[in-house]
Amino acid sequence: MKPKAKDIREIVAPFKGDRGVTIPVLQAIQNVYGYLPPETFSIIEDELGIPSSVSYGVATFYSQFRLRPVGKHIIKACDGTACHVRGSQTLLSSIKDHLDLKDPESSNDGLFTLEIVACLGCCSLAPVMMIDDVTYGNLTIEKMKEIIMTYRKGGG
Amino acid sequence: MSKTLIRIGYASCGIAAGAKDVLAVVEKRMKKGSRRVELQKTGCIGICFDEPIVQIINEQGQWTYRKVDGKKMERIYDEHVLGGAPIYEWTVGELSTGGEVPDRPIFEHQQRIALRNTGIIDPESLDAYLEKQGYQALEKVLKEMDPDMVVKEIMDSGLRGRGGAGFPTGLKWSFCKKAAGDRKFIICNADEGDPGAFMDRNLLEGDPHSVLEGMMIAANTIGASEGYIYCRAEYPLAIRRLKIAIGQARERGFIGKNIMGTEFSFDITLKEGAGAFVCGEETALIASIEGERGMPRIRPPFPAEAGLWGKPTNNNNVETYANIPWIILNGAREFQKFGIKSSRGTKVFSLAGKINRGGLVEVPMGTPLRKIIFEIGGGIPKDRRFKAVQLGGPSGGCIPTQLLDTPVDYESITATGAIMGSGGMVVMDENTCMVEVARYFLGFTQNESCGKCTFCRIGTLRMLEVLERITKGQGKETDIDELKELAELIRASSLCGLGQGAPNPVLTTLRYFENEYHAHIVDKKCPAGVCKELTTFVIDEEVCRACGLCKKACPSEAIEGKPGVKHVIVQDRCIKCGSCREVCPFDAVGTG
Ligand SMILES: Cc1cc2nc3c(=O)[nH]c(=O)nc-3n(C[C@H](O)[C@H](O)[C@H](O)COP(=O)(O)O)c2cc1C
Ligand code: FES
Repeated sequence: MKPKAKDIREIVAPFKGDRGVTIPVLQAIQNVYGYLPPETFSIIEDELGIPSSVSYGVATFYSQFRLRPVGKHIIKACDGTACHVRGSQTLLSSIKDHLDLKDPESSNDGLFTLEIVACLGCCSLAPVMMIDDVTYGNLTIEKMKEIIMTYRKGGG
Repeated sequence: MSKTLIRIGYASCGIAAGAKDVLAVVEKRMKKGSRRVELQKTGCIGICFDEPIVQIINEQGQWTYRKVDGKKMERIYDEHVLGGAPIYEWTVGELSTGGEVPDRPIFEHQQRIALRNTGIIDPESLDAYLEKQGYQALEKVLKEMDPDMVVKEIMDSGLRGRGGAGFPTGLKWSFCKKAAGDRKFIICNADEGDPGAFMDRNLLEGDPHSVLEGMMIAANTIGASEGYIYCRAEYPLAIRRLKIAIGQARERGFIGKNIMGTEFSFDITLKEGAGAFVCGEETALIASIEGERGMPRIRPPFPAEAGLWGKPTNNNNVETYANIPWIILNGAREFQKFGIKSSRGTKVFSLAGKINRGGLVEVPMGTPLRKIIFEIGGGIPKDRRFKAVQLGGPSGGCIPTQLLDTPVDYESITATGAIMGSGGMVVMDENTCMVEVARYFLGFTQNESCGKCTFCRIGTLRMLEVLERITKGQGKETDIDELKELAELIRASSLCGLGQGAPNPVLTTLRYFENEYHAHIVDKKCPAGVCKELTTFVIDEEVCRACGLCKKACPSEAIEGKPGVKHVIVQDRCIKCGSCREVCPFDAVGTG
C-alpha cells in the first residue's frame, strides 16, 4: 500500500491525548505499511506534539522498526543460543542463498524480507524460523525450501 | 461408554510442530457427530521435543501420544477414541501397561507450582481457570487478609524474583507498599529477552489468568490500581491469549471497579515490546512504557519509590506472579517445603540445545543440574559427550561437566561464575566450540548495548574484536589477558546488568575451557570443529558405510560418493558447516 499522509494521520489520531504512545503509534503505522514511511515523524509531531527527533530516536533504538519498505512476507530466522548451537548459521546462509538475497535483507521479487532475531521462544524445536506470524521448527535446509515454496505458490 | 477428552497441546511449540493439522482432523471427525468426544486445546505440557502432543483421557486412563500428525490422528481417533484400543507404539509411556500409561522420568522429578495449570487447562477459557481454584486466592486476599498479612505470607514463603536477580518478592512489595504516593503501578515483566529461554512464553500461552491474578494480588497489597504487562513482540500467541484473558476477566468483573464487591479496583494495559533486550531491565522497561528509548537509569531511586511516571512501581517477572496465587491458597509453609537454603519453592527451566528431550520443566530448587539434564532431559543426542550447560543467557555462564552436581539454587549457581538467570538452560556437547559461544554472546550484548555507558558500548566491541580474531585463527598470546582486563573494566563501569554481566560468558569459558582458547591461539585449531578457518572435515574411510546421508545434507554439494562407494569431502567446495557430521549415524566425520 502506498502511504498517504492523510491515512497516516488517521492512524495517529486516536492516540491523541494519551501518555507514552510513541511506541504504540509507531507500531500501529508499521502494522499497516510494514515499515515507517518518512512522513511518519513529522505527522506525529503535528498531530501529537511529540518532536520528530524523539519519535525518530525511538524508531532507530528499537530493532522492530524498519525505515525501508519490506517484502510481502517477513521471515524471522532465529539465531538465539539454542538455535545457534543447533546450526542456525548454516540455515541462515542457505536461506540467503535460496532467496538470492544480496545484502541487505529483501528479495528481488519483493516477496520476502529476512530478519535475524534472537530467539522466538520455540528453542526446543531449534533451529526455528517464523514467517509472518507462523513459526516453523526442527528445520532442515530441505524443509526450509519446501516451506518457502508454499509461500511462493500462494501467489506470494 | 463415558466421555473421552482429546487434549491437544496448542502452544507456539505445538503449532510450530504441526498441531494445526492434528486439530483439523479432530474437528472434522467430530463434525460427523460424536457427543461422547470433547476437544480441548491447552498450553504446552512441557515435552516440546515430542510435539505435537495429543492426550486421550477417559475413565480408563490417560494416554499421551507423541509426534502426532494428521495421519496418525485419524487412526488415533478411529481406533482409540471411538474403538477403545490405544495405539501403544505412539504413546509416551512404556508399552507394557494395560491401562494407565506411566509417565517417563520427565514428570517424575518435577513439581508443578507455577506451571500447575499449563498444559492441563484451556488457556482461552476463564471457566477452566475457575475450576482450578482460579481467582480464589484473590478473593481470599480481598476478603480475609489485610495487605500486611499478604506481605508477610509472601516473605515467609521465601519466594525470590524469578526474572534473574532473585530479589525477595515479599520485601520488594513491602518497599512499594510503604512508599508514599496515592498513585502506584504494577508491572509484569514479560520481555523474556534471554535467547534460548521460553518459560514465560509458555506460562502466558498456557495459563495467562494465573499471572493476572498474581498481579492483582500484588496491586491490592501495595495499593495500586493500574497495571502494565510488557510482553515481547516475538510472542504473538502469548499476546493474543493475554488479550483474551484480560477481556474475559474484565467481562466477569475480575478486572474493573470494585472487584468482588470490595474497594479494590484494577485495570491492566498490555504493552508490546519493540525488540530491545535491554528493555528487560526494569528501569529501561519503564522508560519504554513511557514511550522513550529504553535506556536504564541509575538506581536508587528504585522503582518501588519512583518508577513509572515517577510513581511507586512494583515490577515482577511472569513466573514470580504465577507463584503468588498458589502461595496464598496453600500457605507459605507448603512453598517452603520445596527447595534448599535460601532458595525456596520451585523453578521453571527451559531445556534446549543439544539435549534429547528439550522442553519445559519445573523442579524444586536445589535439584542438581545432572538430574535435570540427564534424567529429565534424557541426556545428549547420539550419546555425544556433554560439554557445558549455559545458564543465565548473555549475563550468565557455561557450567562444565565437573560441576554437574551443582544444585540449582541462587548461591550455588553464582559460585560457578554463571547466574541462575531466568531459567534458560542451553546444553552444549563436544561439537560446540566454547570460544565461539563466547563470541556469540559478546556479539549479542554488543549489539544490544543501549550505548549509554562507554565501557559497555565500546568495551564489548573491543572484546568482540578479540574473540573474532581468535576464532579466525589470528589470535595472539596476549589476547587472553586483554580479555580479562576488558572484562574487569566493563563489569566495574557499567550501569546496568547488561554491561555488568556481559563479560560472564567469556570469563566462565576462560575459567573452565582455557585450553580451547589456547588451541585456537597457539595450535590454530578449533577442537570442536566449529570455527571455519580452523577446521577441516574429513570422512574416515574405515567407518563410512556409504549411506549417503551426509551427501544429502551437504548444502554446498561438496560430498562425492555413491551407494556402496565410500564418501569423500571435496575440500574446496566445503563451507565447513558441519552438517555432515551432524547427520552421520556412524560418527565417520571428524576434523583433521
Ligand atoms: C539486561 C537485562 C535484561 C533483563 N531481562 C529481563 C527479562 O526479560 N525478564 C525479567 O523478568 N527480568 C529481566 N531482567 C531483570 C529485571 O531488571 C528485574 O530484576 C526483574 O524483572 C524483577 O522481577 P522479579 O523480582 O520478579 O525477578 C533483566 C535485567 C537486565 C539487566
Ligand atoms: S533460540 Fe531459537 S527459538 Fe529460542
